[in-house]
Amino acid sequence: MDFELTAEQRAVRDLCREFAREEIAPRAAHLDRSEEFPYELVAAMGRLGLFALPFAPEVGGAGGDFISYCLALEEVARADAACAITLEAAVSLGITPMVLYATPEQRGRWLPALLAGERLWAYGLTEPGSGSDAAGLESRAEPDGEELVITGRKAFITNAGTEISAGVTVAVITGWEGSRKRISLLAVERGTPGYTVGPRYRKLGWHASDTRELAFESCRVPRANLIGTEGRGLEQFLHILEWGRVAIAALSVGLAQACLDQCLRYVPERRQFGVPIARFQATQFKLADMATQIEAARLLTWRAAALVDAGKPPGVHASMAKLHASEVATACANQAVQIHGGAGFIEDLPVARYYRDAKVGEIGEGTSEVQRILIARALLGAAVEES
Amino acid sequence: MDIAVCVKQIPDPNTPGELDPTTHRLRREGVDAVLDPGDEFGIEAGLALAEAHGGEVRVVSMGPERSVEAIRKALAMGAAGGVLVADPALVGADALTTARVLAAAIRRGPFDLVITSTESTDGYTGVVPQAIAELLGIPAVTFARSVSFDGSTLTVRRQTENGTETVEAGLPCVLSVTAGVNAPRYPSLRGIMAARSKPLDRLSLNDLDVQLGEVDQEIVRVEPAPQRKGGEVVADDGTGAQRILELLRQAKVI
Ligand SMILES: Cc1cc2nc3c(=O)[nH]c(=O)nc-3n(C[C@H](O)[C@H](O)[C@H](O)COP(=O)(O)OP(=O)(O)OC[C@H]3O[C@@H](n4cnc5c(N)ncnc54)[C@H](O)[C@@H]3O)c2cc1C
Ligand SMILES: Cc1cc2nc3c(=O)[nH]c(=O)nc-3n(C[C@H](O)[C@H](O)[C@H](O)COP(=O)(O)OP(=O)(O)OC[C@H]3O[C@@H](n4cnc5c(N)ncnc54)[C@H](O)[C@@H]3O)c2cc1C
Repeated sequence: MDFELTAEQRAVRDLCREFAREEIAPRAAHLDRSEEFPYELVAAMGRLGLFALPFAPEVGGAGGDFISYCLALEEVARADAACAITLEAAVSLGITPMVLYATPEQRGRWLPALLAGERLWAYGLTEPGSGSDAAGLESRAEPDGEELVITGRKAFITNAGTEISAGVTVAVITGWEGSRKRISLLAVERGTPGYTVGPRYRKLGWHASDTRELAFESCRVPRANLIGTEGRGLEQFLHILEWGRVAIAALSVGLAQACLDQCLRYVPERRQFGVPIARFQATQFKLADMATQIEAARLLTWRAAALVDAGKPPGVHASMAKLHASEVATACANQAVQIHGGAGFIEDLPVARYYRDAKVGEIGEGTSEVQRILIARALLGAAVEES
Repeated sequence: MDIAVCVKQIPDPNTPGELDPTTHRLRREGVDAVLDPGDEFGIEAGLALAEAHGGEVRVVSMGPERSVEAIRKALAMGAAGGVLVADPALVGADALTTARVLAAAIRRGPFDLVITSTESTDGYTGVVPQAIAELLGIPAVTFARSVSFDGSTLTVRRQTENGTETVEAGLPCVLSVTAGVNAPRYPSLRGIMAARSKPLDRLSLNDLDVQLGEVDQEIVRVEPAPQRKGGEVVADDGTGAQRILELLRQAKVI
């Protein structure tokens, strides 16, 4: 076993680190305060090739591996979690379903602009009435000749309402087998009549990212917009979410690392009782715990990412990585505020933003409770199924 | 236009450097190594010229084996190929030896232009570019702040002690560029992946037609640079301008 990154992975990490430090970090506070969507940074990330990173050259990707993608997300999140989630949602939720399931014709139509970061594609699974119970969704698409007519609502959808949003892949019911839903994925282009995008939510964190409620009313799309096989939507989105969890884990590691970075800058400078607070063992132990937890979260993330690269489902490892990394991020943000004292509560330093940005990591793409359910199910298997 | 760009890998300037007390060289063990940020300007200058006028950029480096990472970064930025001269016999090479080795490596391929940075961020002697030019028997145009090329003549605005001057040169020549001559591009992620399949030659001294001669540059002593004297504050009581004029005359600047 060898925990070393390859030369290429190191090059990706170093490039993303430099880019994030020089281009993203200086703008993060302004983006957080103004809640402006980071169009320029998205374009810059596109030029860098970030949206194409983990996809094969055959579909127009840059040919990097999933570990490289995780390294990139970690570095972007270390500078700004809102930019990182914009990238993550575009890649893991917007582009990945198309790469995995779309026809060559569909890919040719949508992918080039998405891979270049010129346009964004969203993914609509969650509904006002179904979140953790994703399969409880109610939006439906009824056939009418060569068209499907969508009715329903989607909640908390990332990247759907920006000026460069090109469309959304929605999970909808396309029929019934007795009492079982047939769920399918359907691409809806922005501007399709009957598809309306609500105003941006006001959020606790991730201020610069775009999250909206979507409504579909007699929204007609051609049958040719089905992404993948009709009726296979459930297993498709479970697969997509599994990979997405690994990406959210990487993002959380980056945010946790940012907390530690900021503490390491602060503790030698801040003096109390005549000495830098770095001298207090209480401070040192907090830092030691943060560093240890971050490294553990990073290794869990790499482990899950390595499974993806080996062509195996990351499964329970994706859940463990996401669960642990997101909880480490909130714990580190909490300690970072504590270490900064009053200054940690003031918006002049980035720690207050880290604290607000961290929490949603335990919620999006499957809550911590859902991850624990999945892990427990893997442990207990049939024992719980039967009861 | 075939362009050779000399690039050096150096200890990360963001980490505090430490000198070896006996050799007076920068300690490199255990320190992250990076492409000299100054050389990114040379690579950008080469790529911009090649893009505008055709041709390819080849990077040339002498250094320990891990310098391949600096070359890979240049390849990811867009260079077409790279050459690394890594030979244990070159440990402790002085500036002239470095120039001999680089000139020999450059001579192995076609070149119309050789680009370097004016001085490296670590060694900082600032003599390698001119030495390469002398060894190749071509002119050196140094301290470029801006560069343009009309297809046959290179027009260069040079930084001098008193300001700038504009000079012209035909090809081939050696061009050394200052930081700020351009805005170096980021390598792209596609570029990083593409670098995999670009030619990267590893050479040892045996592969080169080079006479090393005596190593006659030795670092004898290292001292901190003398502290600059504090400036003089002229309080303006109405005669301030007069007083400043006097000071400038004393300093013989006017
Ligand atoms: C900023 C943001 C961006 C988002 N982006 C997208 C997007 O792009 N696309 C998309 O489809 N969705 C998106 N989501 C939705 C997100 O995936 C859901 O919010 C998440 O899955 C939780 O669903 P919910 O909000 O309905 O919470 P609920 O499911 O209502 O959960 C409420 C609480 O109950 C707990 N709970 C639920 N079921 C159980 C159970 N069986 N056992 C124990 N506890 C349980 C949960 O863990 C949670 O603590 C986004 C959300 C946010 C906040
Ligand atoms: C095994 C090995 C170990 C080495 N260890 C050290 C060390 O510890 N410290 C150290 O400073 N040097 C080391 N070198 C490199 C070499 O000794 C120096 O590059 C040389 O002395 C040049 O001095 P300078 O950096 O002051 O050149 P300058 O004249 O200041 O350099 C001007 C420009 O010339 C080009 N250039 C200079 N050197 C090189 C190079 N090696 N390859 C490609 N382009 C170059 C660059 O564009 C540079 O910006 C090592 C080389 C080898 C093979």
